[in-house]
Amino acid sequence: MIKEPIRVYLDNNSTTPCDPRVVDTMVPYFYQKPGNSASRNHPFGWEAEEGVDYAREQIAALLKVDPKEIIFTSGATESDNLAIKGVFEMYRSKGNHIITVTTEHKAVLDTCDKLTEAGAEITYLKVAEDGLIDLAELEAAIKSTTILVSVMWANNETGVIQPMKEIGDICEKHGVLFMSDATQAVGKIPTYPKEIGVHLLAFTSHKMYGPKGVGALYVSRKSPRVKVTAQMDGGGHERGMRSGTLNVPGIVGFGKAAEIARLEMNADAERLSKLRDRLEHELTSRLEECYINGNVDHRMPHVTNISFKHVEGEGLMMTFNQNIAVSSGSACTSASLEPSYVLVALGLGDDLAHSSIRFSLGRFTTDEEVDFAVEKLVAGVNHMRDLSPIWEMYKEGVDLNNVQWSEH
Amino acid sequence: MAYSEKVLEHFQHPKNVGTLDKSKSTVGTGLVGAPECGDVMRLQIEVDPSTQTIIDAKFKTFGCGSAIASSSLATEWLKGKTIEQALTIDNMDIVEELALPPVKIHCSVLAEDAIKGAIADYQSKNGIAVTAMAASH
Repeated sequence: MIKEPIRVYLDNNSTTPCDPRVVDTMVPYFYQKPGNSASRNHPFGWEAEEGVDYAREQIAALLKVDPKEIIFTSGATESDNLAIKGVFEMYRSKGNHIITVTTEHKAVLDTCDKLTEAGAEITYLKVAEDGLIDLAELEAAIKSTTILVSVMWANNETGVIQPMKEIGDICEKHGVLFMSDATQAVGKIPTYPKEIGVHLLAFTSHKMYGPKGVGALYVSRKSPRVKVTAQMDGGGHERGMRSGTLNVPGIVGFGKAAEIARLEMNADAERLSKLRDRLEHELTSRLEECYINGNVDHRMPHVTNISFKHVEGEGLMMTFNQNIAVSSGSACTSASLEPSYVLVALGLGDDLAHSSIRFSLGRFTTDEEVDFAVEKLVAGVNHMRDLSPIWEMYKEGVDLNNVQWSEH
Repeated sequence: MAYSEKVLEHFQHPKNVGTLDKSKSTVGTGLVGAPECGDVMRLQIEVDPSTQTIIDAKFKTFGCGSAIASSSLATEWLKGKTIEQALTIDNMDIVEELALPPVKIHCSVLAEDAIKGAIADYQSKNGIAVTAMAASH
């Protein structure tokens, strides 16, 4: 029996706990090995550099790429910025057109938006109801001025995985660079940019059981040799693409996290997909009017996004948020009450988007925790439906589309 | 964002949840908000016609914790008040009582609208000149 108060963490897409094995490898680099990896003239620098080099190899092995192709950054947001702005500036003479997708992370969307001020033209591909892009639409959008296609590997809210190989083939056929924000995918499922045809890959340590504050950008060095314009000026670290003293303990931990992921991700994925399926099955069989959002055949093994009709997500979360951490597609924090733009892009009505909850399981999630969460969720949804006037109207057979709502 | 103790109390133990018989002439119903906005509040009052006093009040709300707390509080305040007194309830009174942060002020506005809507419904049902219309936001 689980005793309350218990805290169950089902928000691993926001950030993952740092694996204790990762923490152990980092600790010596705070005090015993305090050097700057760029210090070339003493053993403190050498051992720091060794730690960084080894981490670079561990990360490269996870992606099956050359260690020289890994550029360390502060996280995925910086990697996205460096990739997109860096490519735009480097290849500006070849064209100004970038293709991306409406369901991308803000780190990509807002970066693209910013580039329009510098003369970039951006095409935003729509997604179908299942969250996938239309390959024909992508190909039709490519023109002579297109320099970059940016498509996220797996979506943070729904876990939906895009047809990466097909997109890579289209990009290769048209000689266009392919960049992917793979923040949610790296370390969880196989992500081999060379097999897929991805030329720039952004990802981060803290979504794969490593520490926060360190990320990386894979930049292809061979066929094609890709270069990005540095976004920060300074000491010319990371082959001139990213200046700034390296976060040695963070990078060492990131490397260890990559090694563990390489060895364990298949087993983790297998266990978590079963657990995720159980969570889904329990909720959808015990509660009426629940809908799973996004393509269920092409998605991450540990994620599910469910709409509980006629229940508002933030209110629902309040029924159990002392015990269970999840995310809601309803951001009821402004006068405009914006629902998730990702779910709206899938064609969900704003009402269903407001009713959605994202569950993201992780390496440390147990069966007992999922069972506990199911009980709390079922009780919470029932409580909120007892309180919900629209649930009552729905049960009475009122067609909610014909109700004259007072918009505010 | 942390909720105030009073919001939590109303959310966990909402007062006067339920439904009054809207076919009765003594019952007035206010339904405000919209599902796509993430907030729908239904507030009902039952009035003693001889004294124009609110003898019962019920609500159901689809929304966040602050919206539920605002409507729960509103029903508590309405009971025992005359129509005239009820019309003086201002959304800022709710904001103050529940210590709502600025981003949740719209929840209190919705509750005030629901009160005014319920009163207007009661009045129009009984051929009484409607004294206040719900403000439009």
